[in-house]
Amino acid sequence: MRVTFTVNGSQQTVDDVWEGESLLYVLRERCGLPGSKNACEQGECGSCTVYLDGSPVCACLVAAGQAEGRTVRTVEGLSDTGLDPVQEAFLDAGAVQCGFCTPGLIVQAHDLLERVPDPEDAEIREALAGNLCRCTGYEKILDAVRLAAARRTAK
Amino acid sequence: MSKAMSMDFLRPMTWAEALAAKAADPEARPILGGTDVMVELNFDRSRPSALLDLTAIPELAEWELRDGVVRLGAGVPYSRIITELGDLLPGLAIASRTVGSPQIRNRATVGGNLGSASPAGDAHPALLAAGAEVEVESVRGVRIIAVDEFFLGPKRSALQPGELIRAIGIPVTGGPQQFSKIGTRNAMVIAVCSFGIALHPAQRRVGTGIGSAAPTPLRAHAAEEFLGAELDWDGPLDRAVANRFGELVAAAASPIDDVRGTAAYRRHALSVLARRTLTWSWEEYRCV
Repeated sequence: MRVTFTVNGSQQTVDDVWEGESLLYVLRERCGLPGSKNACEQGECGSCTVYLDGSPVCACLVAAGQAEGRTVRTVEGLSDTGLDPVQEAFLDAGAVQCGFCTPGLIVQAHDLLERVPDPEDAEIREALAGNLCRCTGYEKILDAVRLAAARRTAK
Repeated sequence: MSKAMSMDFLRPMTWAEALAAKAADPEARPILGGTDVMVELNFDRSRPSALLDLTAIPELAEWELRDGVVRLGAGVPYSRIITELGDLLPGLAIASRTVGSPQIRNRATVGGNLGSASPAGDAHPALLAAGAEVEVESVRGVRIIAVDEFFLGPKRSALQPGELIRAIGIPVTGGPQQFSKIGTRNAMVIAVCSFGIALHPAQRRVGTGIGSAAPTPLRAHAAEEFLGAELDWDGPLDRAVANRFGELVAAAASPIDDVRGTAAYRRHALSVLARRTLTWSWEEYRCV
């Protein structure tokens, strides 16, 4: 089937989509956007987190056809110029180890800071509860979100 | 594409179209947030004849308050129940906070939870305690099913061929409600067991809901009757009454040993949850 949706600001039409495939598969294998990672395929790990109509969701749990006419924003589309401040903060705080969980964490942290510019630690933990880091680098990840929040509010 | 891969994707724009599509293909699998259905597809556990995507039907994502009942569209995600319905439906809102993760709560719905009819569904204890009704519809007409008659077995519901869940009617009681759930961590947990309670002070009655401790979610009838008879609604909570309530709730369950916990642990935990949630509710009731 054909699916037409907006991804990172531009309209995409994708053909020969299997009716049961996920939005994640469409993004990675058909749209050339491998930033969103494919790990658990059951919504447990958050590595495939993308914005769907402005809300972060697990792309592995969205049927491709459900994206028809909708707007998707992936980690590749967070910034038009260079890196988003959240991405910069992850680099500066050393919050990236193997990097596999990083795109999902960055999208989820980006959404948190859009809604809660100066979050408490408990709010950061709650927001990131659905994103697993198997290197277990959570302390640096919390540092990165705190750093991004501080830089945003300083601006 | 091989024939084995063949599957339709149906995307009705109206409720009438959805009912017609379900009538034409009763095997079509409804999908809202996809948090259950897509897992089955991703792991090739099921291959329905069609996916019936209900997310384009506007009224499924709406709720309204009429005559003291919230009519919650089947497709309202948990994140919106938390932000929009915490005052009207406190028990369901508390339970909603425990569903999966933020990403899951942005997609998952009460309609989908009911459709999956898992004994562990997080919404079910709160719906049972509040005395909710499930509004289902097919081209043959509308049926209203009391939620405690909706669950027939593990992942089996009273939905008949061709029927779709349109909405859930949940009475606004104004009384304290609580929900608590046992798991290995706060997020991303399938309940080891869970319990919901709703005090109905106007009727001097208590509603209960047990999750993940029997083949279906269920009410603890004897515990409800005991509390209704023994509670002193104008005084402090009698500790012995609260303890007995916990025992009766545990006795209503018929749990099994599985990977998440033993039957004995589930029974014990349920009695604790019941006593605890009653105590919290009573503190709130007495402070109002």
